[in-house]
Amino acid sequence: MFSKRVVVLCGLILMVAIGVGCGNKEGASVPAGPLWKPSGNEGNITGVIAFSGSAPAPGKIEMGDDPACQKLGDATLDDVIVHDGKLQNVFIFVKSGLPKAVFPAPATESVLDQKGCKYVPRVLGIQTGQPLKVVNSDATDHNIHPVPKENNEWNQSQMSGQGPIIRKFTKEEVMVPVKCNKHPWMLAWVGVLSHPFYAVSGADGSFTIKGLPPGEYELEAWHEKYGSQTLKVTVKEKADAKADFTFDGATTSVYFFPEKGAQGK
Amino acid sequence: MTAPPGFIRKYIFSLDHKVIGVQYFFLALAAALIGMLMSLLIRLRLAWPQKRWPWLELIFPQGFRDGLMQPEFYLAMVTMHGTLMIFMVLTVAPQSAFGNYFLPIQLGTREMAFPVINLSSFWMTFLSLGVLIAALFVEGGAPIGGWTFYPPLSAVPSAGPGQGPGADLWLVSIGIFCFASFLGSINMIVTTLRRRTKGMSLLRMPLTCWGWFTTAMIALLSFPILFAAALMLLADRHLGTSFFNPGGLSFSGRPIAGDGGSPLLWQHLFWFFGHPEVYLAILPGMGVVSHILANFARKPVFGYRAMVLAMLAIGVFGFLIWGHHMFISGMNPRIAIAFSMLTLVIGVPSAIKTFNWLGTLWGASLHLTTPMLFAIGFISLFISGGLTGLVLGQTALDMVFHDTYFVTGHFHLIMGVAAVFGIFAATYYWFPKMFARMMNEQLGKLHFWLTFIGVYTIFVPFHVLGIAGHPRRYADTLKYEYLRSLDSLHVLITIAAFVTVAAQLIFLINFFRSLFADQRAADNPWDGTTLEWFTATPPVRDNFSGKMPVVYREPYEYSVPGAARDFLMQTEP
Amino acid sequence: MRPADFANRHNPPATILNPMSRLLAIAIWLIAIATIVLMAWFRRLPEAISEHSGRIDHQFKITMAVIGVGFFVAQVALGYIVWRYRAREVESARYSRGDLRVELALMMVTAIIFIILAITGQRVWAQLNLNQSPPNAVQIEVTAQQFAWTFRYPGTDGKFGRTDPRLYNDADNSIGARPGPLGIEPSDPAGKDDLVTGSLVLPVDRPIDLTLRAKDVTHDFFVPALRLKHDAVPGMKIHVHFKALKEGRYEIACAELCGQLHHQMRAMLEVKSQIDYDKWLNEQIGKVNNRR
Repeated sequence: MFSKRVVVLCGLILMVAIGVGCGNKEGASVPAGPLWKPSGNEGNITGVIAFSGSAPAPGKIEMGDDPACQKLGDATLDDVIVHDGKLQNVFIFVKSGLPKAVFPAPATESVLDQKGCKYVPRVLGIQTGQPLKVVNSDATDHNIHPVPKENNEWNQSQMSGQGPIIRKFTKEEVMVPVKCNKHPWMLAWVGVLSHPFYAVSGADGSFTIKGLPPGEYELEAWHEKYGSQTLKVTVKEKADAKADFTFDGATTSVYFFPEKGAQGK
Repeated sequence: MTAPPGFIRKYIFSLDHKVIGVQYFFLALAAALIGMLMSLLIRLRLAWPQKRWPWLELIFPQGFRDGLMQPEFYLAMVTMHGTLMIFMVLTVAPQSAFGNYFLPIQLGTREMAFPVINLSSFWMTFLSLGVLIAALFVEGGAPIGGWTFYPPLSAVPSAGPGQGPGADLWLVSIGIFCFASFLGSINMIVTTLRRRTKGMSLLRMPLTCWGWFTTAMIALLSFPILFAAALMLLADRHLGTSFFNPGGLSFSGRPIAGDGGSPLLWQHLFWFFGHPEVYLAILPGMGVVSHILANFARKPVFGYRAMVLAMLAIGVFGFLIWGHHMFISGMNPRIAIAFSMLTLVIGVPSAIKTFNWLGTLWGASLHLTTPMLFAIGFISLFISGGLTGLVLGQTALDMVFHDTYFVTGHFHLIMGVAAVFGIFAATYYWFPKMFARMMNEQLGKLHFWLTFIGVYTIFVPFHVLGIAGHPRRYADTLKYEYLRSLDSLHVLITIAAFVTVAAQLIFLINFFRSLFADQRAADNPWDGTTLEWFTATPPVRDNFSGKMPVVYREPYEYSVPGAARDFLMQTEP
Repeated sequence: MRPADFANRHNPPATILNPMSRLLAIAIWLIAIATIVLMAWFRRLPEAISEHSGRIDHQFKITMAVIGVGFFVAQVALGYIVWRYRAREVESARYSRGDLRVELALMMVTAIIFIILAITGQRVWAQLNLNQSPPNAVQIEVTAQQFAWTFRYPGTDGKFGRTDPRLYNDADNSIGARPGPLGIEPSDPAGKDDLVTGSLVLPVDRPIDLTLRAKDVTHDFFVPALRLKHDAVPGMKIHVHFKALKEGRYEIACAELCGQLHHQMRAMLEVKSQIDYDKWLNEQIGKVNNRR
């Protein structure tokens, strides 16, 4: 009977349509292993990021047409912040050496603010599954647009006066650039890890990573302009291990995003 | 004798062109209601862009965070409103609904040429509507590129919210719709050419049949182009092709692979379909208006042959002027001149039709029933909307008004109102034949007045906005000093829109109450001359109870001198 | 011949108790008058400052006058017909199938008017689009992206440096930054003195040639005060030229739907005197050169 055929055909088309629509590109990255339990004999890694050579003169961002941006002051480009030969905003994290365990994502959010038409902080870390809270503190609209390689890309406008956007990353990725489509100069970098052992160097170049079980680790330090460096560190029981990095201002880098592949997928 | 059909075969999967016509009608009605609600959401943001709507946030939590309407939600509404109205209302109601119901009857035949294809067409259209609505509910929501869906915005899923799965569903929906409409048009053309009853020559067909026939020819030749374009865009999105991708694209610093295509190719393909599409939307209405005018003026249509030629001319010329949507697209400016000249030429057959409608009314004996009011309203609105086309058709002026509210005002007057008045006129006129009841005249007249005044109040100010340089598809104008003085006009338009949409409740109440009224309508309540008034009310399954009519007369023999009554049916020798 | 029973069955006789035809006629007339008044009174064309805007506005006014007359005459005629020919007891409709001579006459008149409008409208278009800009025109490049405008001046060498989409760096748009938001190749000497800004600054009374480009989707460069609008299409370099005749600050809008913040893509156009423009340009290029 033709009507049965028609029904089956329509059902097939419908299923294809639903499949396309509900296709979920999110793959969960589920690390294997038992739940992480600190045993009380953990040590720390501390260090200082030094900068050798002369820091480039910071340029002034052209904040263009938006009066809300122009009024709010500091338009200094802060991709390279050097105080007294120390480099700020370096992202340091444990690259390998961790025991096989699952580190539960904290419930507290990692906060990314939009203030003075800049992302604050410029570099931050977050765990997979931990909520990222994006806040708009400006009197203008923003359009938050992370451009990840592994995680799902999203793109959402946030009007002045609207509450925070809460999103999560599901896959490890170092680093995810976060742009603003409304104010193209805005940039933040989010390091997504499956564990909490990361830090961002402060104004004095120092950083601390706490709570590491004793062992040999590979540490990586990343700066958006000067690239990555690695260091092997041995952490002893209840002791502070020292890990210092030096970035050379003479290394020139041409800045561009990694290509993701066909048609943005 | 075969067993009578069960409920499913009689009302759901029926091969009866009349049932299918009614099914299309209710599909268009549902789509129109959803589309109208979307237009109210659009108007809300334009009048009060910074107002919070907590109760709307309950219904659309992603679209209204903290009660503020997100711009991506606004654009999703703009896109879906346009798509629903143009495809699911203006292509379906005049052609698929009334055409399917009345073409065979007016031609004096018992059924469409291909009833099985007819059934499939309807259910494919139904599926298409379902897939389209589904776009609202997937991740990212409905697409935001406008019903015109230009790439690269629509070709790169990461180009914006809604441009992911929502855009895919839109393309699948449109593809199914194109296929369904294409099949439907074959049905209408073959039925018109091969199934007319004895004596029904082509030049004795009512103008409604000419409207449906010309529209079907347009659909036959234009929908396949859109289908191909939709397939190409889906391929660009998922199969790595670059039909529309010129290479070197970079979104927020991330390069997109692809090379060798052109965004203009989509525009050419889309508008090659899209311009004939708008004539598709209006031609059945023109046929219906001519038909109704003659009936209630008690006069033949002035210049029947000229009306037929004008319709055919509009159908043919409609395929030659798509470039007027692309004057400043990057297309060769010399070609723009050619398109502009041809565009202004197509104003001539439209003007002829207007003169002939006025000529039909001249010296008439006008009975201003509700269908007649809507038909006359159509003429007024067609004059208003059509004339502004003369501004937009000129290349240099289009440079100023392209993508402003001047364009939005123009096409809303013609499509959003005149064509819709054609649908209303047809509904009020044929309701008695379709549902064997009369609609309430008082409510009908009230509906007419509120709508007629309302739509002028909404859309004439659009032209003021356009002249002031107000771009279209803007979620708000708060960033622009030169548009600040227009805020109060937006509020006026929004209030008028709410009142006009509320007035449509009168139509709905009238429609559904009348469906269940006690008193049955007569077979020929309007004293019409054409074959639909010769059948039973509602018509039986084969339309004429086995006695096929023989046609002796032209279709609009009203007030013939020397006749006993003021009308002579086509079946009278 | 008597009017049909139809009239008696469905409409009461056309007396003062049935005012529908009067009401409709009056409504149509009022709508016609209100529309003409609204359009004439509230005609809010923006200020016009370019050399060709006078011709465009003139063509617009002529067209509006023609369609205004057509609109008014047609609506008044419709209203009159509705008023005059309402169904009456004694009078029946005049049986007429049409009048070919009237048809042809009206068709010729309409065709002539439309064709004249069509032809006159092409002159300005041809002048703007079919001619090259003069060789001494100021060359500026306009690049559109989601959701901002960037402008580039070629500098003292008069040449634009090569750009590479893989080098776009929006994060550093400071003066003289390379590659910067336009991806100017640092190795190309022609690009060393290119000036990249967020506002379009022009000298008054000089021919200007803008090259329109786009990085991601199709945008549209629209300056109401210049009566200028054209799409900026990825993969294309589209030239538009004009002359600004009046100093001042004017707004630039995007006029092709390009994403969710399409309505916030504003840039400013500043038209300065030649002296002020030269001073500004030298100052800016100085800053670019200092950066090297």
